[in-house]
Amino acid sequence: MFDLSGKAALVTGASGGIGGAIARALHKQGATVTLSGTRADALEKLKGELGERAHVIAARMDDAADIDRLLKDAEAAMGKVDILVNNAGITRDNISMRMKDEEWEKVLQVNLTGTFRLTRAAMRGMMRRRFGRVINITSIVGVTGNPGQANYAAAKAGLIGMSKSLAQELASRAITVNCVAPGIIATPMTDVLTDEQKTGILGRVPAGRLGTPDEIAAGVVYLASDEAAYVTGQTLHINGGMAMI
Amino acid sequence: MSDIAERVKKIVVEHLGVEAAQVKEDAKFIDDLGADSLDTVELVMAFEEEFGIEIPDDAAEKIQTVGDAIGFIKSNAKS
Repeated sequence: MFDLSGKAALVTGASGGIGGAIARALHKQGATVTLSGTRADALEKLKGELGERAHVIAARMDDAADIDRLLKDAEAAMGKVDILVNNAGITRDNISMRMKDEEWEKVLQVNLTGTFRLTRAAMRGMMRRRFGRVINITSIVGVTGNPGQANYAAAKAGLIGMSKSLAQELASRAITVNCVAPGIIATPMTDVLTDEQKTGILGRVPAGRLGTPDEIAAGVVYLASDEAAYVTGQTLHINGGMAMI
Repeated sequence: MSDIAERVKKIVVEHLGVEAAQVKEDAKFIDDLGADSLDTVELVMAFEEEFGIEIPDDAAEKIQTVGDAIGFIKSNAKS
């Protein structure tokens, strides 16, 4: 089950905790992977760890020309892109009364507009080959909201609506478009929380612990697989029961 | 140059699964040949490959009939 041998995957934000785990998991199932992100040294390190069937292409998701180049270079490196995992994302948290236009725009630009651009660029080859898996990493807050994250929640909710639209446009060409929505995951980002903050958060998680990046990656592997061919336009929530939607 | 017309018609027949006799120059892809909007995108991609040209989005939107496609390719194809 879930054999990805012969498949080519492009993972954005692969220098991060969740993106790295996704790239490792896809690679482990046999896929060739292209690691993208802004931190070239971290990407090269991961490539070294993976060994064969791994490529690095650094790119910025707030730059339209860079996004087109990323897709072209990934197709050149791997021959095709079968699986696109849009994981790159940033936060610029602030209460709305204090949120600056640039904080709003930057988060929408990277998390939503960049994802749309890269997906649009990848569709052409997927349509031609009559196979595609687009997996957008959204967030629990895109569904529940979160104070201080109006920009991030809007972008992540936007990804869900966008994915449903693309799923309907592309289903007849055997291309699926789905989202994975992590809850609170143990990454370098959540390491900085104090014990008190962690206790407060865990009080809202029935599972009583943070999730792991590998648990997110497992959901991505499933949606990328041939076995998930009939799953499209869906959001897979992986959150320890924190929200049941 | 009629060769171009024949190649275009062949692509349309293969892609849309219609009879060659239906593929007249004034036939509209969507209204007459049963194409959906995604089919028209794929036809444009197929023309680009067959003739080694690039059809920009604004030009692609104007290609609504078989004759439109033949006309565009005749004035832009290298071979």
